[in-house]
Amino acid sequence: MSVVTSTTDFTQDQLVLLKKGDPEAVAWFVDTYSPFVYRLALRIVRDPIDAEDILQETFLKVLQNIHSFEGRSKLSSWLYRIVVNEALLTLRKRKPYLELDTPASESEENDEPMEIIDWCCLPEEVLLSVESKKALEEVVQKLPDIYRLVFILRDIEQLSIKETADALGISEANVKIRLMRARMYLRQELSKFYGEKMIEAGLK
Amino acid sequence: MKDCIKCQEILGELPEYLEGELSPELCQDIQKHMEECPRCRVVINTLTKTIELYHTTPNDIPLPSGARERLFQRLSLSDYLK
Repeated sequence: MSVVTSTTDFTQDQLVLLKKGDPEAVAWFVDTYSPFVYRLALRIVRDPIDAEDILQETFLKVLQNIHSFEGRSKLSSWLYRIVVNEALLTLRKRKPYLELDTPASESEENDEPMEIIDWCCLPEEVLLSVESKKALEEVVQKLPDIYRLVFILRDIEQLSIKETADALGISEANVKIRLMRARMYLRQELSKFYGEKMIEAGLK
Repeated sequence: MKDCIKCQEILGELPEYLEGELSPELCQDIQKHMEECPRCRVVINTLTKTIELYHTTPNDIPLPSGARERLFQRLSLSDYLK
């Protein structure tokens, strides 16, 4: 099984075979995209059992609807949207009032003073230690869902702004606003964490 | 960084700057300001580093044991498991 990035896409010939339901083409498609679908689902819902359910539901929906795929967008963009929708259904079961299309409001601005510590000089083994990786993961999970999803798609999975907007069904402008808020929040939180590391290392 | 008008202006331009969508003139403007303003320099450097750190997040999360087989079964593709 090949390792696939989120940017892999299909040729027209493969798409024709998929639409015909050719089982070998379908098996290849599923193998190609399932690691990505599972990983994205897991990152959004943070539960392996729910992520596996989303994996199955996503491919069922894709294969049920592939005949109506018109090829105006990339097949991968269509798939991102389906997996994100499935993951959102799971999140909404937990939090029924989750809204993604509310505009980011000014009242969400954080009044906490900005952390001004230059921790970029910390050595790589500190920046990416086991403890640091855990902190990186934990601070993302503290983001409100509307920011967290944008950040996962754009900065962790490295989809484009347009792909992120399409997957979430929001405007590119909204993606940019939320991404900036998410990045600034994470910078602030990481500055507190790495600030401690600077003191421990005697760099501050 | 929120102290002066210039710092606020720079903050407003950061999304485009980070996406590489800012004109060369405005990029130079930001870089010049960073040389003069230590606060903005630290914020922009740590912000860039934050994004860079998340770009290194490993993507080799494997499917759980048996998940591929269960998926193929659900999709009636079990005959095509290789």
